[in-house]
Amino acid sequence: MPREPSMSASKAARVGEEGRVDKVNAELVVLTYGTIVAQLCKDFDGDYVQVNKQLDKMGYNIGLRLIEDYLAKSNTMRRCSNFRETADSLAKIGFKIFLNISPTVTNWTSDNKQFSLIFEENPLADFVELPDDGRAQDELWYSNIFCGVLRGALEMVQMQVEAHFISDVLRGNDTTEMRVSLIRYIDDELPPEDD
Amino acid sequence: MSNLQASRGGIKEQSGLRYPTNGKTIYHRPLNRTKTAELSGASFAYLFSEMVSYASKKIESIQDLEKRLNVQGHPIGLKLLDLLLYREPARSQTRPLNIITLLHFIKINVWQHLFGQAADGLEKSSDPSKPDEYMIIDNEPLVNRYISVPRDMSQLNCAAYVAGIIEGVCDGSAFPARVTAHSVGKQEEGELWPGRTVFLVKFAPEVMERESFLGKG
Repeated sequence: MPREPSMSASKAARVGEEGRVDKVNAELVVLTYGTIVAQLCKDFDGDYVQVNKQLDKMGYNIGLRLIEDYLAKSNTMRRCSNFRETADSLAKIGFKIFLNISPTVTNWTSDNKQFSLIFEENPLADFVELPDDGRAQDELWYSNIFCGVLRGALEMVQMQVEAHFISDVLRGNDTTEMRVSLIRYIDDELPPEDD
Repeated sequence: MSNLQASRGGIKEQSGLRYPTNGKTIYHRPLNRTKTAELSGASFAYLFSEMVSYASKKIESIQDLEKRLNVQGHPIGLKLLDLLLYREPARSQTRPLNIITLLHFIKINVWQHLFGQAADGLEKSSDPSKPDEYMIIDNEPLVNRYISVPRDMSQLNCAAYVAGIIEGVCDGSAFPARVTAHSVGKQEEGELWPGRTVFLVKFAPEVMERESFLGKG
């Protein structure tokens, strides 16, 4: 069976822009995310590790539902043929549709199972400075919700991934970088027989 | 002068925050960069729905949930007041000095900025015993666009979040108020605005007192 050639990066970028989406004021989204994080920091009494976890969980919930929206808006009802293509699609189409940014895909491992997303821009972090309490810059991953979104969304298309940030300009690093690893492809499982 | 600079330097050293060497900090970013920027409405809907479901954990009543949403909106209102006034042309940059200007600012500027259009109405309570109550009306609150309220929570209006934002603007302008969101759309077939929401703004007694005093002068 002939395989479709993998989609070129420029094609991917174009699809992302074509996505028909309803728009809202960017600052409404940014401020809403900010107040969510601030509330979590209060609720968990400054336990930033727990805040990261909760953000990841919220992202996961979003990812589970967002994938359908992605498939509808991206007009690409076709499986990615490999993990590299997945990475390009999520960076150039996914992030473009939902956040109007295209993080750079880079730093692949030789087995093609791990890559980095470098965020030149991060709308969620506009207006943000982390608390100057001597801990937040070492413990809080402000945009951790992204990790959960990727994990949830890819799980729905049979990919188990792990994602975490390794640097953030909000922490004083020069780049904002997320590491994404493919754990495994989830096999289609037959539903249990009801005897 | 040199003293002043020295002390400024001192303050900077006290701050424990690290900054990127390439200058990507909030201090380098123009404050108006995202003034007219847009993002996907779906992104907002996803975030808001997570906010609501997180807030609905461990609550004892609907009022509890609405209070939590209100509390999350409040700091946004405080900051929007400054941001939106900063962006006004110099001649209209003054803070609202009476109730009507304040409510107009909310109805026009705040709504226009957050939701892309002015609110649908602004009314004063017709009940003479409640001169401290005003109503801002939105026929179809953007935040509720993808929210369906379960039957057993029918009193809930998630626009309590927006009520919190309004409350923040009022408090920040030194017009302390309580703001609550109420659904008034009839749930009948053919109803034009089933999601019609009234934001009831109830000003604190000292605001009314000041207003009447200033009115006389």
